[in-house]
Amino acid sequence: MKTLLTTTVLLLAGVLGVALGWSMLDLPAAALQLPAEVKTQLGVSGVTHPVTAVLLNFRGYDTLLEIAVLLLALLAILVLPQATPGGDRGPAPANPMLQSVARLLTPLMLLVAGYVLWAGAHRPGGAFQAGAVLAGAGVLLHLAGLLPPWASPGRALRVGLAFGLLVFIAVAAAVMLQGNLLQYPPAWAGALILLVEACLTVSLALVLAGLYLALTDTSVQQ
Amino acid sequence: MIFDLLLVTALLVSAVHALSTPDLFRAVVLFIVFGLLMALAWARLNAPDIALAEAAIGAGLTGALLLDALGHLHRKRRERSP
Amino acid sequence: MSTALLYAFAGTALFVVGVAALILQAHLLRKILAFNFMGNGVFLVLVGLGQRSGVPDPVPQAMVLTGIVVALAATALALALARRLLDLNGEMRLPEEEIVRDRLDV
Repeated sequence: MKTLLTTTVLLLAGVLGVALGWSMLDLPAAALQLPAEVKTQLGVSGVTHPVTAVLLNFRGYDTLLEIAVLLLALLAILVLPQATPGGDRGPAPANPMLQSVARLLTPLMLLVAGYVLWAGAHRPGGAFQAGAVLAGAGVLLHLAGLLPPWASPGRALRVGLAFGLLVFIAVAAAVMLQGNLLQYPPAWAGALILLVEACLTVSLALVLAGLYLALTDTSVQQ
Repeated sequence: MIFDLLLVTALLVSAVHALSTPDLFRAVVLFIVFGLLMALAWARLNAPDIALAEAAIGAGLTGALLLDALGHLHRKRRERSP
Repeated sequence: MSTALLYAFAGTALFVVGVAALILQAHLLRKILAFNFMGNGVFLVLVGLGQRSGVPDPVPQAMVLTGIVVALAATALALALARRLLDLNGEMRLPEEEIVRDRLDV
């Protein structure tokens, strides 16, 4: 019975795969040439890298909603009761080599994150990569025992978490006074995008690190 | 083109292996390997932003989350069977 | 066949392998892994099909960038729920699925 189920599922999956692949073979050329359109509009977008322009200017609404979704996921994780409450989480065991490596790497990671954020305007980079590197630094610090896990976030942390989303919404609403939603005036577009990206980086780093820190329980004995 | 064929083969083999191996730790490690191979694939597709993000998020943070969950599972199992 | 189309096919294969594993595997951690593989397959199809004429296209790349971060958040939430199930039930399996599998003798 088990092998019958397995073979049926595998066969159906194979048929699905072949059907999808076959339908991709003779697609006509796209009617709308988006790369050319992005290139023509790149001048008014405020940045010179097309992906950043699309992410934060042309389709900024998607990014706004994405930050909201991330925050929602973190809230859902924080709401779940954990088996070991924050009270009896002891400190992680001290491993001196890991700690010295973490202390050495963290300033470098901060520098890399800052550079990637700044460079997102004219080369590959941007807020998401910088936020991910910062979150990685946070996870590394936690694994070395230098950063305690989150029992429940205090006020400063909560403000930091919501900060990026609030700044983005504020910018989007302020711009609406003289145009549509998220339609940056071309003279200010570069500065506005940098402001939004910087706040997004901080917030994103806190959210992504929080996804990890809120889940771990450091009842690790060595 | 040969490099692309090899990369695609490596991606599929690591995916199938990760999903069919009975050892969970090996599955998570193969998932991290898959993430790094995906970063290479994104670089081949002229998408360096996605390559950066995949290496940091897909391989790094997701791998850390999965390993942490696996450690929790092992600890629970050890607590239950003394 | 351009290289981008080859990656689109690879994405399809990944997606299909992920779907099969999602159905066949019982352990929740493996289901989460399968879901991640499916997501990566879809991202490859998005960018591969969009760039099948060879020109790098920034719009699907931005969409995939968004997708990777959201997939991470979804995985974290799924892992938190699986851990809660582990704390309550003692193992990372869905009780309804256990009943169905017992009845089918699988």
